[in-house]
Amino acid sequence: MSAMTIENASRRNFLQGVAGLTLSFCLPAVAAPAAAGKATTVSFEPNAFLRIGSDNSVTVIAKHLEMGQGTYTGLGTILAEELDADWKTVRIAGAPADAARYNNLFWGPAQGTGGSTAMANSWDQLRQAGASARAMLVSAAARRWKVAASEITVRDGIVSHPPSRRSLRFGELAADAAREAVPANVVLKEPKDFRLVGKHAPRKDSTEKTNGKAVFTQDIQLPGMLVAVVAHPPRFGATVKSFDAGAAKRVKGVVDVVQIPSGVAVLATDTWSAKKGRDALTVDWDESRAFKLGSEEILARYREMAQQPGLVAHQAGNTDQAFAAAAKVVKASYDFPYLAHAAMEPMNCVIRLSAEGCEVWNGEQLHTGDQHQLAGIFGLKPEQVKINMLYAGGSFGRRANTKSDYVVEAAQIVKASGGKAPVKLVWLREDDMRAGYYRPLFHHSLEAALDANGKLTGWRHRLVGQSILMGSPFEAMMVKNGIDGVSVEGAANLPYAIPNLRVDLHTPTDIAVPVLWWRSVGSSHTAYSTEVFLDLVAKAAGKDPVALRLELLGDKPRHSGVLRLAAEKSGWGTPLPPGAPGTRRGRGIAVHESFHSYVAQVAEVTVAADGTLKVDRVVCAVDCGIAINPDNVRSQVEGAVGFALAAALHGEITLKGGAVVQGNFDGYPLLRIDEMPRVEVHILPSAAKPTGIGEPGVPPLAPAVANAIGAATGKYPGRLPFSTAELRA
Amino acid sequence: MIRLNVNGKLHAVDVAPDTPLLWVLRDTLGLTGTKYGCGQALCGACTVHVDGVPQRSCTTPVSAVAGRKIATIENADRSRVGKAVQEAWRKLDVVQCGYCQSGQIMSAIALLSQNRKPTDADIDTALAGNLCRCATYVRIRAAVHLAAKSLA
Repeated sequence: MSAMTIENASRRNFLQGVAGLTLSFCLPAVAAPAAAGKATTVSFEPNAFLRIGSDNSVTVIAKHLEMGQGTYTGLGTILAEELDADWKTVRIAGAPADAARYNNLFWGPAQGTGGSTAMANSWDQLRQAGASARAMLVSAAARRWKVAASEITVRDGIVSHPPSRRSLRFGELAADAAREAVPANVVLKEPKDFRLVGKHAPRKDSTEKTNGKAVFTQDIQLPGMLVAVVAHPPRFGATVKSFDAGAAKRVKGVVDVVQIPSGVAVLATDTWSAKKGRDALTVDWDESRAFKLGSEEILARYREMAQQPGLVAHQAGNTDQAFAAAAKVVKASYDFPYLAHAAMEPMNCVIRLSAEGCEVWNGEQLHTGDQHQLAGIFGLKPEQVKINMLYAGGSFGRRANTKSDYVVEAAQIVKASGGKAPVKLVWLREDDMRAGYYRPLFHHSLEAALDANGKLTGWRHRLVGQSILMGSPFEAMMVKNGIDGVSVEGAANLPYAIPNLRVDLHTPTDIAVPVLWWRSVGSSHTAYSTEVFLDLVAKAAGKDPVALRLELLGDKPRHSGVLRLAAEKSGWGTPLPPGAPGTRRGRGIAVHESFHSYVAQVAEVTVAADGTLKVDRVVCAVDCGIAINPDNVRSQVEGAVGFALAAALHGEITLKGGAVVQGNFDGYPLLRIDEMPRVEVHILPSAAKPTGIGEPGVPPLAPAVANAIGAATGKYPGRLPFSTAELRA
Repeated sequence: MIRLNVNGKLHAVDVAPDTPLLWVLRDTLGLTGTKYGCGQALCGACTVHVDGVPQRSCTTPVSAVAGRKIATIENADRSRVGKAVQEAWRKLDVVQCGYCQSGQIMSAIALLSQNRKPTDADIDTALAGNLCRCATYVRIRAAVHLAAKSLA
């Protein structure tokens, strides 16, 4: 950290680091010389991520959204480690929207959460922030005690000078520390000295999430606030032709009915009245430009497209020659449906206009993009859009919408109703499930060439599906030569050493179904097609699935590492205990890297004679670099298993004539507790920098289960979700 | 006016009789710990106790529970079983996003009030109506067992 500049700007020191790291250090507004021990309200704010109060409170400012993935706890752990804070006293607060201080360092100037980047992009930043603050506290203590800083130790929020047996708590040094210069260089801990990282730091949100006090957007109630429920069009692309609000306005509690670009909104004093008002509306929709294809028609079209070569995403060697010379060719195709995120908290947003600008309450995932969208609607500057960060009741990618769909809808309602009252937009479950922004429907076809010795010599993989990133602000960064990187991630970078390989892609642009990233994005389908197909190859070559993978992963030690660990812990190669009479049992494995983390899973299944499938046990091995909070890593992978299993067993959004069929959990079932397998998570020790864990547990699950089904029944499902009928004995 | 007994407090609320108890708790009484998830008794996020029995408040018209004893998550720590369940949930860090957990906990309290030594199958049956999109089910099971142990 050399080449830093410090500039004083209205009692704030901005400190610029190297290598794109911008830390803003703000000194306290009030730092009156206080007598030691005298109670004041002074606080020490050495940087944008930390506030220490004279009451000994330690508050870590989290720049990322807590949507369940444990990010608040993880971010707090990193900073508290270098600060040597007492974990019990650490509190976490969500950062405001301010990309100058809180940008995602992997996203350039934008603030937001996604791609399992929170720990990875914050690791160095928060270690520096914690270590700088610790150094300033030590300096302040050295000055007060007139001793050398090198004689001072810090542990659990207490600064001590052992030779003179003096010690002070952080709060008692806060005022003095605030007057210390921000150090130009700090020494970070050696991993062997970690006391929180890699150990057990309990979640910071467990108490308030078990007593009903945690605040979600749905819980916000402002003075004079109205609740809006919206009548949305029955098909994507339809618009309002006309509407009759007479009956809606007669519902007690309904205050206003307004037309907005995305439908007709009913505003009421409470949620139930707004819903009754919405249900009483008569809307005539203009569907002349609406999208009217069904899922089966889309899939038929994709299968047709897959007959022709697409744009090349990756090419190595000469696949034509490999297939011409093949002794055996294996072929398979895979179909993946649209999937809804279906977070337990349906999308919602609160917006209030004021003389200064606009204020938002949201489980905010794309701060900078949402600020720009709202500024555009209200004619404000982006910095006039103040965002209050709340917990999100799940997201799985849904709240990170580059079109800001539900945030924009809330703003349009505020605007159409004259901005008089704050508005809480509430999507009912059906609004949420039918709003689009699904994991795109995909069709994959694969072919493998084997030589006479059963060696895999050629691999062709063709994908057909809509692009998530084209037309989004991420297009410039992640769409290259017509290839959307997230359409082919996990396929174009197949880890296996195959001499002749070709991956190509068709991106239909005339399908008007809005699509979005869904937990693990492209890997949610590419891990399935590649790993299930590889088991078919192993079968054709007469090889063990683990042995074949290890043979092909020669130069990929992290893939091999998790694969070996999962195989060992699951008892791979030992016979499975038989199930009840008439049932078939099987064990399957899959390995996949996503977001720079490596996960292998072994699934054990029992298939009944009628095709009913039960996943009994899943053994997971994970390499995510340094595991900051090992218990949270386990928790995320356990949850990822359940999330992915819900999709494999039940997940499917279908369109009929362009209209979404499913509206609630009866048509789109989530996993229930009685379907949840036993899950074991083993973490590979690592000294590598931390990588993500919110998503990487998802991709290997469905292929591991499919390969277990294959081992049990000889049938490897080619379509998701799995069909019970196809698995009958 | 409809008279309600919520967490031992008496309220008179001026709402349409068909209003689901869920929205009265949340919008009228400000008890926002009980969550909306589906509106059709499909997810269990809105689970409360009515005379000690778990019930989905999103499909319970407020007029149907007038005068009966309603208990919500905000009241959970007032009973020995409730406290044990909350402590077990915290000890095992069950929660992820947390949105469904009020309902999970209310169902778990009801189970342990009836059955002090539930098996995995008992737990699966009692909590099968409570969806968790984060799929914290492994820990929910473990936490119910831990709470049962602490109550033994």
